Amino acid sequence: MDTKRTTFNNRLLPYLLLAPQLAITLVFFIWPAAQAVKSSFEREDPFGFSTVFVGFTHYQRLLADPNYLDSLWRTAVFAVSVTVLAMVLGLAFAAAVDRLARSAKFYTTLLVWPYAVAPVVAGVLWWFLFNTSTGLLPYFLERFGIRWDHDLNGTHAMILIIVAAAWKQISYNFLFFLAGLQSVPQSLIEAAAIDGSGPVKRFFTISLPLLSPTTFFLFIINVNYTMFDTFPIVDATTGGGPAQATTTLVYKVYQDGYVGLNLGSSSAQSVLLMLIVMLLTFVQFRFVERRVQY
Amino acid sequence: MAGIHIAEVSKVYAGGVKAVNSVSIDITDGEFIVLVGPSGCGKSTLLRMVAGLETISGGQVKIADRVVNNVEPADRDIAMVFQNYALYPHMTVYNNLAYGLKNRGTSKAEIDARVTEAARMLEITQYLDRKPRALSGGQRQRVAMGRAIVRKPAAFLFDEPLSNLDAKLRVSMRGEIKRLQRRLGTTSIYVTHDQLEAMTLADRLVVLNGGRIEQIGRPLEVYHAPASTFVASFIGSPAMNLVKGELHGDKLAIGPAMVVLNGFAPTSGTVTVGVRAEDIRIARADEEALPFRLEYAEELGAQRLIHGTVGDQQITAAVSPEIELAPEMQIAFDASRLHFFSVDTGKRLPGNLPAEAKLAPIEPVV
Repeated sequence: MDTKRTTFNNRLLPYLLLAPQLAITLVFFIWPAAQAVKSSFEREDPFGFSTVFVGFTHYQRLLADPNYLDSLWRTAVFAVSVTVLAMVLGLAFAAAVDRLARSAKFYTTLLVWPYAVAPVVAGVLWWFLFNTSTGLLPYFLERFGIRWDHDLNGTHAMILIIVAAAWKQISYNFLFFLAGLQSVPQSLIEAAAIDGSGPVKRFFTISLPLLSPTTFFLFIINVNYTMFDTFPIVDATTGGGPAQATTTLVYKVYQDGYVGLNLGSSSAQSVLLMLIVMLLTFVQFRFVERRVQY
Repeated sequence: MAGIHIAEVSKVYAGGVKAVNSVSIDITDGEFIVLVGPSGCGKSTLLRMVAGLETISGGQVKIADRVVNNVEPADRDIAMVFQNYALYPHMTVYNNLAYGLKNRGTSKAEIDARVTEAARMLEITQYLDRKPRALSGGQRQRVAMGRAIVRKPAAFLFDEPLSNLDAKLRVSMRGEIKRLQRRLGTTSIYVTHDQLEAMTLADRLVVLNGGRIEQIGRPLEVYHAPASTFVASFIGSPAMNLVKGELHGDKLAIGPAMVVLNGFAPTSGTVTVGVRAEDIRIARADEEALPFRLEYAEELGAQRLIHGTVGDQQITAAVSPEIELAPEMQIAFDASRLHFFSVDTGKRLPGNLPAEAKLAPIEPVV
């Protein structure tokens, strides 16, 4: 295979060109991550005068702590719900827009808008919509006999953050699914139509299998999104409550570290979170990719 | 098995572009019809209207005496072979062939029998477990054909199926398509822009230009009696020479030269004169000749094409490779081999019909 290679006469130049990006990665990612790993093995006194090396104590305590295990479980529920909801709706919208001829651009623009909204704003938006005393949705839910109260009801609070987090992610999934659907050759759809396959069957037997690389990619992105990027949504709506019902792993890291100032345990939690995401990504690539066709 | 009747079919796109303009073709059961024309002539649009992939703006399409204007493609009992084959990339060859049958609820045993039979016919049995991407262009083409065959439809529709193949494979696949169609006896409509493909495959060919039919006829009819200058220049390779001529009674003036027509003149005045390259010969010493200024020659092996001018008009002649080339040559042709077209409309002028003369043995040919 011939690959295009650029040869530099100066041996330093390539490193110099890479330096800015490497410096940013080093300062903002590698260094803090290393700091987290380091402090996860240490205990600091309340006034920050001394640190003691404590080995795996933080990890042992965490894994025996029912609060942490609860949070792990809640995060799993949260991640699966957001991913499924955002992907299914994203795909549904993409399939709908793909069938439009003239107004497709208009709807695409509308559907992509939420992605431009900052997570905190998205959270606040849904918080208002679901507001127990002034919100629009509780008013309608009341008619179905549901007394909405995410300040007291943990399930309601969880639903609120799932909806808010998924809402933002739908736009992203929608764009990728739409691009994927539009790259399915028209003649394949026509051939399937002649082969006696209706629109719904065509979607499930032709388009969807051809979308599997996109689906796989989005799956990983969505899980990572819910694990890491949903902190602002939780913070702006429920603040992890009530009674820690919406304290996801990433929110717990913040609470224990910055609110509780238990830096050692907080660091250990970030390390564990990082390991979980790495493991998930590995599993996804290893096993799910095998079933990705085409 | 069924005939297809296309009656005054038109296609108007949004914005008023008329892609197909009142086209009528009667296709009898088992006939192989080729739609041929340059790109943008409406041939693919017409085929897609028969398939049901385009709506019909006007007129009527009947398949097996049933009006199908508003029938879904799936229910028209047709199969189509696409230019890019349109094989389902995520399915094996077997499933590609079986897909249409499965959708119609055919029994497993029947599907298996039909797929096996089609695969055997097309010699793709050993590839049934492969995915399309693991096949060569020619093999993919066969799978696409197989997908049409297994369905046992009333009609095959081919949309430039060979244009993605290399020249050699195209010739052999052309033969195979013809052989298969003869064997199955299925009514077929075949779209191509390649006049050679059209000539060799067609029972009858339909020459389209600008959304209208220029001529329908058997390949030799179209070749020997083109209905217009468009057909004359489109069918046959090299293209028919079309030059401006002046008729004076029984004499034809082409540039500086005069040719006696022996009663073949259809009219008088200015006409477009057509003559095929192979109907031109090097003049004998004793006959009336046109002075030909040679520009260049192309060697085809069995023939040699000489390009040059008579007066200020371009002429191409096909001559034997034994003939010696010279910068100035004398050429001649039989008056009976000339075609006359109206200068205004480009339509063939009646009166001189060499093709009919040749096809009907009673008519003495000079």
